[in-house]
Amino acid sequence: MLGSVANRSKRVLPGFTISLGSSLFFISLVILLPITGLVVQTAQLSWAEYWAIISDPRVVASYKVTASAALVASIFNLFFGLLMAWILTRYRFPGRVLLDGLMDLPFALPTAVAGLTLAAIFSTQGWLGQYLALWDIKVSYTWLGIVLAMIFTSVPFVVRTVQPVLEEFGPEYEEAAATLGSSPFQTFFRIIFPEIKPALLTGTALAFTRSLGEFGAVIFIAGNLPWQTEVTSLMIFIRLQEFDYAAAAAIASVVLLASLLLLFIINGIQQRYQHITGGLK
Amino acid sequence: MKPANQLNSQQRWLRPVLIGTGVTLTVLLLVIPLVFIFVAAMSAGLGGLWHNLTEPDMLHAIGLTLFVAGLTVPINLVFGTLIAWCVTRFTFPGRRLLLTLIDIPFAVSPVVAGLLYLLLYGANGPFANLLDQYDLQLMFAWPGLVMVTVFVSCPFVVRELVPLMSTLGTEQEEAAVLLGASGWKVFWDITLPNIRWALLYGVILTNARAVGEFGAVSVVSGTIRGQTNTLPLHIELLQQDYNTAGAFIAAAILTLIAIATLVVKAFLQWKLSRESS
Repeated sequence: MLGSVANRSKRVLPGFTISLGSSLFFISLVILLPITGLVVQTAQLSWAEYWAIISDPRVVASYKVTASAALVASIFNLFFGLLMAWILTRYRFPGRVLLDGLMDLPFALPTAVAGLTLAAIFSTQGWLGQYLALWDIKVSYTWLGIVLAMIFTSVPFVVRTVQPVLEEFGPEYEEAAATLGSSPFQTFFRIIFPEIKPALLTGTALAFTRSLGEFGAVIFIAGNLPWQTEVTSLMIFIRLQEFDYAAAAAIASVVLLASLLLLFIINGIQQRYQHITGGLK
Repeated sequence: MKPANQLNSQQRWLRPVLIGTGVTLTVLLLVIPLVFIFVAAMSAGLGGLWHNLTEPDMLHAIGLTLFVAGLTVPINLVFGTLIAWCVTRFTFPGRRLLLTLIDIPFAVSPVVAGLLYLLLYGANGPFANLLDQYDLQLMFAWPGLVMVTVFVSCPFVVRELVPLMSTLGTEQEEAAVLLGASGWKVFWDITLPNIRWALLYGVILTNARAVGEFGAVSVVSGTIRGQTNTLPLHIELLQQDYNTAGAFIAAAILTLIAIATLVVKAFLQWKLSRESS
């Protein structure tokens, strides 16, 4: 810290008070106050009550369904996102620009539309589901459907975090390594992987966080069978429909805590990562 | 050292395999669903399309969705710009924390987001008496829809502006101030022309999310047909009514908005990259 002199010299520009004031007002009113509301609501429960709600076997089953599906979906997107980032930055081929634009589709498309469509396509009579049914694989209304919905909605995260790093890094290093006799796999693991590791990690963590909370796409395809295909977001929703606000708040506090923890971890990785790329410039 | 042509032959097989795998997966995962939406929307024929589109509940859902987005976008545009100005133009303790806090809505599950607002402003919340006194109903009414939509979409503008405004630096603006320009004039004449495409980009993303939000809205909406039913919620209702064609028609409208978003986004990115180079 350079101290107050540096601070004061920065404030040549006008609007510090008004922009800080309105930022704090907005963040407090829109983000912090509602979170406090949840904490207050949850605090009205005793520890025993709280524990009973959040460790209810059906709720625990939903944690397992959600976390396992989110894990598989983000591992898939780790590889798929890396592959897409690679071919979009390293190769020139017809349709590349279109392919690049398509990568953003899951963010632009409402989740309910995604869920409705995937459920129809992957049902046993659907365009793709009928072929999977030949091998006795059912996607819609099973755990696999939840994974698919999570994969779809979080496709852009890894692509869009890794792509700029690969673009910045350029193919010169790979070419140099190849010229010196390294195999494509050696080049990848020794040269490219260390460089993109933070971005890959950030993207995958973002995809995982998003998948944990995904609701719209999932409920259309999950079938929502208690103990088997109920995600935690749906458990909160069900408790609300039963007007059990305390239970909904308790389960939500677990989800909120998990997502805030992930957010801080991701920000931590990004700060380290900024530091690394900052050194390159 | 290996000769260049040998190098090429070593990697020649890799390129088609990687491109082929990537394109195949993208077609299966993204293109087929996109095509299917429009095919399914047309499954009831043109008559069915017209009938579903002119149905009063559908029209109301479309109108309400546009209304909610129309209120959300300006709110997040103004506050997003102020927040970006604050964190990129000044250094102060807690700056980084502010940036992390504004990211919270992206990390939080939409259902949890809706619940947060329901607990605070609902019939059992701390403000229930006060709201009752003035006969205000926020939850299960349009104000609640706007409130949660503002929450889920507020990081977009900030996220687009902060990296750009940090890179741009403050020299031009400082010079203008030293030459006697007012704060408003500095922003309007110096900052805005530099950030306009990124700002528009943030607006487009905010709008896409506002139009398509499902989870948070479904918690605070109560899905009353013709009153608090937005287009994404209407999809679910139509599907529960076994009106599959209707559900896909509503989905197709949202998909057209999504495609328009992607096209504008591609255009803005092209503009941005041209201006920065």
